[in-house]
Amino acid sequence: MKNAVVSLVCGLLFALGLGISGMTQPARVTAFLDFTGNWDPSLLFVMIGAISVYAVGYRWVVKKPKPLFSGNFSIPPLRKVDRPLALGSAIFGAGWGLAGFCPGPALTSLASFQFQPLVFVAAMLFGMGLFEWTQGRRRKS
Amino acid sequence: MVSSLRATRYQYLSPRQEKLSADRERDLLMTENISALVGGSLIGLASLLMLLFNGKILGVSGIAGGLFQKHSKETLWRSFFLIGLLAGGGVLTLILPSAFSFSLDRSVGALVLAGLLVGYGTRLGNGCTSGHGICGVSRLSPRSLMATLTFMALGAIVVFFINHVLGGRI
Repeated sequence: MKNAVVSLVCGLLFALGLGISGMTQPARVTAFLDFTGNWDPSLLFVMIGAISVYAVGYRWVVKKPKPLFSGNFSIPPLRKVDRPLALGSAIFGAGWGLAGFCPGPALTSLASFQFQPLVFVAAMLFGMGLFEWTQGRRRKS
Repeated sequence: MVSSLRATRYQYLSPRQEKLSADRERDLLMTENISALVGGSLIGLASLLMLLFNGKILGVSGIAGGLFQKHSKETLWRSFFLIGLLAGGGVLTLILPSAFSFSLDRSVGALVLAGLLVGYGTRLGNGCTSGHGICGVSRLSPRSLMATLTFMALGAIVVFFINHVLGGRI
């Protein structure tokens, strides 16, 4: 239960960070991706802020024998780049440019009860479910 | 009479006003950049707390997509993270309603296609802007660096096409 409370607080802080930084506005994201147009550097500053905090903190946290409320760290091992990674990231990037939403901002925007994030999130969850379903079939066959 | 008054006012204020608005615009851009830096740090802090307390990588697509895995022990914390996101969104509607302006000209079909691509692509590629872009890049994971460059490149190509070939709407 302690883990769930931490998750809740992290989700809340994460959403506030997205809102304050302007990243819940898809037009700001597409303006960042529009390098030949009226470029908006905001997303770069978001990355700089987030990566500075995390990169420094990460090195300190992983020196601990274990997390404070859990038995072990679940950190993916540093594996090689493979086809699914490249293909999946390309597919994601195309969708990201198309609507200016990535998963975090889209889910956060549900709270505004607007039409666009609702349609986007419904389709996104369908896409995620589709992936699990195809993976399940592959495992079975 | 009115128009001549307006003209005088305009002439009198014009040079100053132009300077003022340029200053204001610069201030506004500065404020935006600082907000982006502050908001970004908060995002980094949330991701760090998730690692410090729960030992998990904060990747939104993995958390949301993971809920489709049946009988997982991870369902509880994942669900609570999403509830937290929505609660944060709720707080934003109260303190910063401008955070939720959707000003892009996108058809329902485009939104549906975008959602499908983002949902399927992030799961196939094992992460999105948070898991790869922030957590992975921070620890210099070659996979995350590759993923981040790839989704940014594809995003830029699609935005270029929409903004400069299709005139900004699709």
